[in-house]
Amino acid sequence: MTRSGIIGGVIAALAIGGAGAAFAVAWRPAIAAIDPPAPQSFPADLVKHGRELAAIGNCNDCHTVREAKNFAGGLPVPTPFGTIFSSNITPDADTGIGRWSEAAFARAMRSGVDREGRHLYPTFPYDHFTNVSDEDDRALYAYLMTREAVHAPARENQLAFPLNQRVVVAGWKLLFLHRGTYQPNPAKSAEWNRGAYLVEGLAHCGACHTPRNALGAERASASFAGGDVDNWQAYALNAQSPAPVPWEAGALYAYLHRGWHPDHGTARGPMAEVVSNLAQVPPSDVRAIAIYMAEVLGPPPPDRRREAVLAEATPGPAAQTEAQGAAIYAAACATCHESGRPPPYGGINLGLSTAISGPDPRNLANIVLSGVRPLEGERSPIMPGFADSMSDAQIAQLLNYLRSRFGRQPAWSDIEKAVADARRTETAALHTSAGARHAPADPAQRDKP
Amino acid sequence: MTTLKVNGHEHQIDAEPDTPLLYVLRDDLKLNAAKFGCGLGQCGACTVIVDGKAVLSCVTPLMLLEGKQVTTLEGLGTVSEPAPIQRAFMEEQSAQCGYCIAGMMMRAQALLQRNPKASDEQIRTELAPHLCRCGTHMRILRAVRRAARLMDTAELLPADQRSAP
Repeated sequence: MTRSGIIGGVIAALAIGGAGAAFAVAWRPAIAAIDPPAPQSFPADLVKHGRELAAIGNCNDCHTVREAKNFAGGLPVPTPFGTIFSSNITPDADTGIGRWSEAAFARAMRSGVDREGRHLYPTFPYDHFTNVSDEDDRALYAYLMTREAVHAPARENQLAFPLNQRVVVAGWKLLFLHRGTYQPNPAKSAEWNRGAYLVEGLAHCGACHTPRNALGAERASASFAGGDVDNWQAYALNAQSPAPVPWEAGALYAYLHRGWHPDHGTARGPMAEVVSNLAQVPPSDVRAIAIYMAEVLGPPPPDRRREAVLAEATPGPAAQTEAQGAAIYAAACATCHESGRPPPYGGINLGLSTAISGPDPRNLANIVLSGVRPLEGERSPIMPGFADSMSDAQIAQLLNYLRSRFGRQPAWSDIEKAVADARRTETAALHTSAGARHAPADPAQRDKP
Repeated sequence: MTTLKVNGHEHQIDAEPDTPLLYVLRDDLKLNAAKFGCGLGQCGACTVIVDGKAVLSCVTPLMLLEGKQVTTLEGLGTVSEPAPIQRAFMEEQSAQCGYCIAGMMMRAQALLQRNPKASDEQIRTELAPHLCRCGTHMRILRAVRRAARLMDTAELLPADQRSAP
């Protein structure tokens, strides 16, 4: 054997061995298909519990396209790697999960593998769902299997090679999927543990609020340090929270359950659907989430009460460079935002706005362009959008002024780009997002100012 | 003095730059089609078209309109020669008290100029910001669909923007 032959043989052996090892790691068996179970076979109280859990998991937000059937999937989810479409999770036998047994469903939740044994992309947040208990998976399964079956074939993901090979997901899981259900912390209260179980598991709050690394996994070292979703910023929910008045458990509860709090304003963008869902969840679970998140946010500094925060934002003379922005604000914004009238007759005091004190101008640009749309079946805040009456340059001037007057933070850079991006994505978002079009089951629950 | 272009005519307006467009239209130019409803940009009664887009004139200050083309209902057609959108609303008897109708027509006009084949769902979504307390919504929707058909055979653009024959 020549020297090169030996090397070649070693490489071949390594390649075969590597492929074999990769196969062993990546291969998952199919789980036998079943006949779709009859809806009556699930106990009513289990289905009801599953409905509450699905609301906590915000499942309908990704698995429903606006104006289409619930849970039929097909929503494009843009990622840095390409566009991934959500799947049909109705009990349709051919295109949904109708032939999935409970074991197949639990495996998907726990380890991101579909019934046929294929790896699912982590846009489905099984890195969180692995924490969900068997009992809760059973209730979710019962709820989904009793929904209307919808024939809606999966849409083809738009991913480049090698990411379009699902086997690469097995490698991702080796690095980033930490299997194992939630382990309670005995030093904490039952309520705190319930909150932690929900937040880190089914509610998957970190999926948006934690920044991701180059491979699209949440950065464990930057838990709740703020992330990106659909050209919105998901604010930091740790000690770096940009909220002018610090969050505390009571405010978190009110905001999450009713969608509004006088110190923090209203939940919009992708968070609107979250609070719309949380309005239908037992108050005890929302309170548990609030208690756990209050600890993640840390104790509020005593000097940042509402009055002190507002006193800092009293109007001063605008700088010469901001004269135009100040004039636009005075003419178009102040008539509501400085009226002193309660919402919806007046706007929130902008000294309390997290969008203005946040680290980048995206959310503020989105709100100024699109406004705050009223929700069907609810008393909810409302603000007209200014996309059609202000140019990008005028909006940029306005944002600069708002930042310098109310933000208490250094000026933003790249405002013009943020405004242009917001204008470009505004129309798209309106047509793909499920939006807040679903009236709550009980509108009285969301009786907001 | 601000120069404001309304329905094809230029006007010199002697008003503060923060004056809402609605006040200028009604008080200075005596164009009374656009209505004052809430003054908060929440009801749609004050809607006019600015550069082809539906805009709430009660929350649009004069200073934002430099060099732009404002169209009000008066600019679409006349009593003797109504525009397709106006004909459609009359033929469907869409107005009861009529207070919201001018705003509805302006937003519908902007939609149909942009998308002559708007679907029912698009019409509903587009008109969602407009309130009607009489409850003639179904007639309004019929009128918008009728207007789309009329526009297929008539001049799409408002009278002031048509080129001379």
